[in-house]
Amino acid sequence: MRLIAENLGGERGGEAVFSGIGFALDQGQALVVTGPNGSGKSTLLRIIAGLLPKAEGRLLLENGGDDFPSIASACHYLGHQNAMKTALSVVENLRFWRDFNGSGDSGVEEALETVGLGGIGHLPFGYLSTGQRRRAAIAKLLVSHRPLWLLDEPTAGLDKASEARFAGLMMKHCMAGGMIVAATHLPLGIEGAKELRMGEAG
Amino acid sequence: MWSLFARDIRLNIRAGGGALTGVIFFLAVIATIPFGVGPDLKLLSRIGPAILWIGALLACLLGLDRLFQADREDGSLDLLVLGNDRNMLALTVLVKCLAHWAGSVLPLVVAAPLLGLFMNMEPLGIGATALTLLVGTPAITFIGAAGAAVAVALPRGGLLISVLVLPLTIPVLIFGVSASYGATADPDPFLQPFLILAALTLFLGVLGPASAALALRHGTD
Repeated sequence: MRLIAENLGGERGGEAVFSGIGFALDQGQALVVTGPNGSGKSTLLRIIAGLLPKAEGRLLLENGGDDFPSIASACHYLGHQNAMKTALSVVENLRFWRDFNGSGDSGVEEALETVGLGGIGHLPFGYLSTGQRRRAAIAKLLVSHRPLWLLDEPTAGLDKASEARFAGLMMKHCMAGGMIVAATHLPLGIEGAKELRMGEAG
Repeated sequence: MWSLFARDIRLNIRAGGGALTGVIFFLAVIATIPFGVGPDLKLLSRIGPAILWIGALLACLLGLDRLFQADREDGSLDLLVLGNDRNMLALTVLVKCLAHWAGSVLPLVVAAPLLGLFMNMEPLGIGATALTLLVGTPAITFIGAAGAAVAVALPRGGLLISVLVLPLTIPVLIFGVSASYGATADPDPFLQPFLILAALTLFLGVLGPASAALALRHGTD
């Protein structure tokens, strides 16, 4: 499986945010997208996921097979919002996404243990702190299997220990043949990750 | 798909009280009519089915703006749109519509017979009106879903949805009311308008979710 972007351009409200972005990502590789605020990191991720139309260029997923015919079907998208309902408990939220997206490598309880939220799954999502909410959203990546993770500021609100644990999770995902595209301005701690700097002249 | 239905029903019960809002609005509309029209029992029973239908129609429109907006605000809508290859988006919308109908509109249908008593309607008329509401209100939800999908990005979209949707619901209202009258007034037929009403619901059950899915897919930003 291979994710290829050629000469990609994106726009917001009719104004070009970036253009001429190109990269190729093989299985087991990670791409860290960095750049100042407003350089189009989030826009790029949403274009890759297919949530925004691209202004120009080419974007394709090679050798996805029958399971993953398109990028949208092969990706987990973790945006600024956590996509969890505050009125439902953490376990109910995760169960829903597992049922909707298809089950993955770990069960709901196991995924919660992995992100360090074991034992509080019965609480309503609205009772959790910002960092705990983010970790619950990360657990969502584990309950369903997708080879490509699109992460938008994934570590926002996480403490040092959780950051390190999440870095371990991302390494494990890459080791198992997954791919990661992460937009961030904090170092994520993924060894051997490619870097794409946006918003610079030339 | 069943899990989406269960989730939306659960949210409806726990978080919104959407069902109660609609029923109380419905009650308020129907309860004020006799005071406005006056104590003419014959007149009340004659306009009863029409008033019940109008009240239910307006109550249906109340909670529609939250149908997709709540999902958009917490980011769930993006993931529902992304899931299109596994769970076709139109089908997802249909399931959300059914959950919304069961959670917010079905209580109106259940309350309608009681409110029919306020209008001095006879038992047969009450039964016929409740039956037409049961068959006809899903059509309103399906049209409403298309309106809600168009207005999903607008922070105060509720009124816009009502304005967009109301003209399209007129055929449903006309056939719903004429079938209700057909059950009691002798020369008027019941079955023909009732079948057209059922056909409208089935037709809009396809058209509404499909157009809503199209609007949602192009409305993400």
